Amino acid sequence: MTTLNPERARPAESNGGSAGGSRRYVALLAVATRAAACPLALLGGCRGVLDPQGPVGAGEKLILLDAVAIMLVIVVPVIVATLAFAWWFRASNARARYLPDWSFSGRIELIIWSIPALVIMFLGGLAWVSSHDLDPAKPLPAGAARPLQVEVVSLDWKWLFIYPDLGIASVNQLVVPAGAPLHLRLTSGSVMTAFFVPQLGSMIYTMNGMVTQLNLQADHPGSYPGLASQFSGDGFAGMHFETRAVAPAAFAAWAADAKSSGPVLDASAYVALSRQSQDVAPFTYRAAPQGLFEQIAMRELPPGPGPLGGGSSPKSEKAP
Amino acid sequence: MKLLGRLGWDALPLDQPIPMIASATVAAAILAVLAWVVIRGRFPYLWREWLTSVDHKRIGVMYTLLAMVMLLRGFSDALMMRSQQAIALHSQGYMPPEHYDQVFSAHGTIMIFFVAMPFLIGLMNFVLPLQLGVRDVAFPTLNSVSFWLTATGALLVNLSLGIGEFARTGWLPYPPLSELKYSPGVGVDYYLWSLQISGIGTLLTGINFTTTILKLRAPGMTYLRMPMFCWTSLASSLLIIAAFPILTATLAMLILDRYLGFHFFTNEAGGNVMMFVNLIWAWGHPEVYILILPAFGIFSEVVSTFSGKPLFGYRSMVIATMAICVLSFMVWLHHFFTMGAGADVNAVFGVMSMIIAVPTGVKVFNWLFTMYGGRIRFETPILWAIGFMVTFVIGGMTGVLLAAPPADFVLHNSLFLVAHFHNVIIGGVLFGAFAGYEYWFPKAFGFRLHRGLGKAAFWCWFVGFYLAFTPLYVLGLEGMTRRMQHYDVPAWRPWLLVAAVGAAVILAGIVCQIAELAVSIARRETLRDVTGDPWDGRTLEWSTASPPPAFNFAILPKVRGRDAYWAAKHGAQEQQAPSSEPAYEALETPRNSATGFVCAFFATLMGFALIWHIWWLALAGLAGAWATFVVFAWRDRVENLISAADVATIDRENRRARLEPLAARTS
Repeated sequence: MTTLNPERARPAESNGGSAGGSRRYVALLAVATRAAACPLALLGGCRGVLDPQGPVGAGEKLILLDAVAIMLVIVVPVIVATLAFAWWFRASNARARYLPDWSFSGRIELIIWSIPALVIMFLGGLAWVSSHDLDPAKPLPAGAARPLQVEVVSLDWKWLFIYPDLGIASVNQLVVPAGAPLHLRLTSGSVMTAFFVPQLGSMIYTMNGMVTQLNLQADHPGSYPGLASQFSGDGFAGMHFETRAVAPAAFAAWAADAKSSGPVLDASAYVALSRQSQDVAPFTYRAAPQGLFEQIAMRELPPGPGPLGGGSSPKSEKAP
Repeated sequence: MKLLGRLGWDALPLDQPIPMIASATVAAAILAVLAWVVIRGRFPYLWREWLTSVDHKRIGVMYTLLAMVMLLRGFSDALMMRSQQAIALHSQGYMPPEHYDQVFSAHGTIMIFFVAMPFLIGLMNFVLPLQLGVRDVAFPTLNSVSFWLTATGALLVNLSLGIGEFARTGWLPYPPLSELKYSPGVGVDYYLWSLQISGIGTLLTGINFTTTILKLRAPGMTYLRMPMFCWTSLASSLLIIAAFPILTATLAMLILDRYLGFHFFTNEAGGNVMMFVNLIWAWGHPEVYILILPAFGIFSEVVSTFSGKPLFGYRSMVIATMAICVLSFMVWLHHFFTMGAGADVNAVFGVMSMIIAVPTGVKVFNWLFTMYGGRIRFETPILWAIGFMVTFVIGGMTGVLLAAPPADFVLHNSLFLVAHFHNVIIGGVLFGAFAGYEYWFPKAFGFRLHRGLGKAAFWCWFVGFYLAFTPLYVLGLEGMTRRMQHYDVPAWRPWLLVAAVGAAVILAGIVCQIAELAVSIARRETLRDVTGDPWDGRTLEWSTASPPPAFNFAILPKVRGRDAYWAAKHGAQEQQAPSSEPAYEALETPRNSATGFVCAFFATLMGFALIWHIWWLALAGLAGAWATFVVFAWRDRVENLISAADVATIDRENRRARLEPLAARTS
């Protein structure tokens, strides 16, 4: 855990004791630049889905904004017309024409069925095409880089990330090379929850006995918060993780560092980890056996034992 | 085996001050009301006229009252959530997770099942027979059973506040979290049994209303002459009949898992959580339309009445209503696009969900053109309707947005989603319920509600809604997910503070509504409406007295077109002569029955016993409920007879009230 983290500095996280004045200033400046670059900075606060840092998130943001723009074309006139009709046809307005029996017009009927139908045909087409383009299971264009394989296991209440090609694993931190596609396979070691890094896009459920797939990519080095986005019990609110995208060289250094220290994730270590615990500090495993993920997904390793399974007391989880 | 099953002194939350104080306060309030009733000697009246009444109007009023009381409970939960999240940046706030999780689970459960549902069912109960021009619903005693079973469910949910705990799984208990292994306490059992018992009541209501609308209508009231509210109630009742058995079956499977070690949804032994998620939404999505369709009906009546015009595009509205009714069963998967079902499945359900927006959009346009050319009187009900139209199109827009799978991939389960469904449920269902409450209150009680306080309540709710939920849209875009007991992103804090202020403004609205009711009752003589037709109404409920007599109509009205009462009023004006007095006949009204109340009493015992594993009591409760039905089935006297002379006396008063303004106009 000695690797440099280039974009770690955030004003919210720099506590006065360690950060020098100039460092804090630089951090503030970085945040300000990023905020200015984000079109909805004042609204969105810019750590969320309107500040995507990869192709999937960017594609989803585009769909989101396009769909809103298309719908506003009808919604705004309807709101204006509602208020205008209500005001103009108020009982006290002598100039407004009263049509006490007017209740049908074929022409208007045709128009009011057509307008929503046309818009929905258009939006439906958009939804159809984009559902296929942005299907979470669809591989990203790889280019030169081979996708990094990561196996994700949600536990009560922490995230386990296994790097099958590297033979290492980490808890509550996902370190990935920037600019390279990621291929995630996900399952749950206990209850159902969802994996979500808002700035990278596409959340997906994790379910015991099943494997879901997700393809993501972080374009630039940076630190992107990730969280569980499906309620999973008492420790849910603390079940978040840091996604650190680093330069390929830094990633190799991180992997080498992880390989040289930390415990081994064997079956008994996994069973210990699967007990309930909250707000677990990130750590790495120097070795994770091949096939562990399949064993979890196929229930060869038992699902987490739940509250009666002798979980450690809150906030006391340490690297075993 | 312990005599009291799992129940022991440790079930009382003596170590948790908030639920302890809250349940003690509620218990004290209930005892005080009971004491007042007994000391003032009102209990016989209460028992005779209300608790055992099978009159659809009384039952409707009781449903609505239950909903409003439960609204206070559900809203208290909302205030706790908003204040917790306003505080809990980098801290645990004032509620630990095991408490906070119960609060949001109870909030959702109560608001959907014990506020929105009984409010609308109450209004349907009161209005349907009056609008159809008939004397009661098809099965009056069954109606009473439905109400009391719903009340049982509400009672059980609220018992969990002081005895044991409520579910910590969200308002839909997704397994495996809700399985015995991960939720060993009684919370999920409280949820399951209260919904199973009240669900039976709801299903019976659906059957009752469907039969009423299909089989009992005034002479001449053809389907295409029915008021819009009857159509939307029919659609909603059909949905109840089709959807609620799915809920019952799904919850029954979870019960089998928890009680008898089945493996429908467990992690082990081949259980499958995806099955639960699919089934619960196969009920859950139609449920959304069960709630919103009657509200659409209310808005149709209100907009038309206060614009002084018939509803624009009536046939379009009927087609749109029935289209929504059918389509609502074809979109359930949009509640879990993020399950990874694949592009084709997601795309089909995304497009299907968007298609529902077409009939809904048509409805909005039809209300718009109903106002066009109208002479709009800004009484309180139409304020709610206009507030609805403005708010609902925004909720509809965010709904269509969430129906696009790629947008849902980043917004699902976020506070954006929470904002969306509150936008349609508060802005649609609740505004509709309040519009209906304001609109039909004078019919139910014979006096209007205080106008100023009613309007103040509307503005507080309207402004409070936007203050409370616009920030949640923003927070969802910032990546904040729902149900967080604490968080450590400082940028979220300001928005959560604004949302808390919004909740406080809504609280002001609720205070205004309570004051409105209290002031109106106190000043009922000045607010009295003797005409029976305070809003210049168009449909048959306004043709009878306020409050209507037990038999509703002395002579069943003859319907010759849409807006039957409007036509009758104007026909009489044109002829400048009212019809001559009809020949009155003796009428039969259904006899009061304690079946519903007694049956619910036993159902409460049974539910409570099942939750706490007190098996002998569960059996006793079941036997008692069954015996109640046997006794009811063997009854000798079914109906009371009202003599022709009594009918004539009651109805002459109503005719006189209606002829006076006519005479004044024609002279």
